[in-house]
Amino acid sequence: MLHLILFSIFGLICVAGAVNLLVQTHPINSALSLVVVMGSLAVEYLLLGAEFVAAVQVIVYAGAVMVLFVFVIMLLNAGAEEHTKGSIIALVLGVPGMLIGSVLIAWVLVTKSGTHPLSLNAMPGHPRDIAQLLFHDFLLPFEVTSILVLIAIMGSVVLASRPEAVEHSKKEG
Amino acid sequence: MVPLSYYLVLSGILFACGVAGFLIKRNIITIFMSIELMLNGVNLSFVAFAAQWHALSGQVFVFFVMVVAAAEAAVGLAIIIAVYRTRATLNVDKVDLLKL
Repeated sequence: MLHLILFSIFGLICVAGAVNLLVQTHPINSALSLVVVMGSLAVEYLLLGAEFVAAVQVIVYAGAVMVLFVFVIMLLNAGAEEHTKGSIIALVLGVPGMLIGSVLIAWVLVTKSGTHPLSLNAMPGHPRDIAQLLFHDFLLPFEVTSILVLIAIMGSVVLASRPEAVEHSKKEG
Repeated sequence: MVPLSYYLVLSGILFACGVAGFLIKRNIITIFMSIELMLNGVNLSFVAFAAQWHALSGQVFVFFVMVVAAAEAAVGLAIIIAVYRTRATLNVDKVDLLKL
């Protein structure tokens, strides 16, 4: 029962943050509501018994990635977005269509997949088990991601550096 | 205790909000944040299925998704900075030329 109450509270916070991300016009407000979404998702992971994922969610997503977003918004001095004319047919057909579709999918999920609760007592969420899996069974994908991160670092340095600064340093060095 | 379907519905709502933001937003940074929202919705269903089947590999997949999302955020924001430097705008409607 406590699980259900906590799930509902943080699920509502999560959806409210996601909707707030859509309705805000200034990007900094959207970024802060995305932080709210990620924080409440970490609580949902804790409710599912995934402590490691919850910790990584807070550290990597709500910490590192969102700081990067806020940093770029501040750096570029982004203002409120300008509205462009949208098509009226998209509004008339799209909003009811999306509502009907999502209600249908939710109904099918709730009725077909059953409402018997997840049992969390035998939950293997210990970081030691995850480390065993990550560094033993998934060792090759783990090493490949290190190459991916290296490429991403080099790519972002190349993309974000000013061309004239690169030319200048080439002449000097 | 919460049924699996509730988690799937929540993850679907988050994913739908991400898709809607991707389509209706005009600021390139907010579009990028909508992509992160979609990734978060997918992560939630990964963890929920991992709990359902008592399989830890779901949580390892979430770890990999987070790594790819972090790399994507770094490269994407660098691209946004490069676009802003050449076009002086963040509106995606005004970024419609491959070459200036």
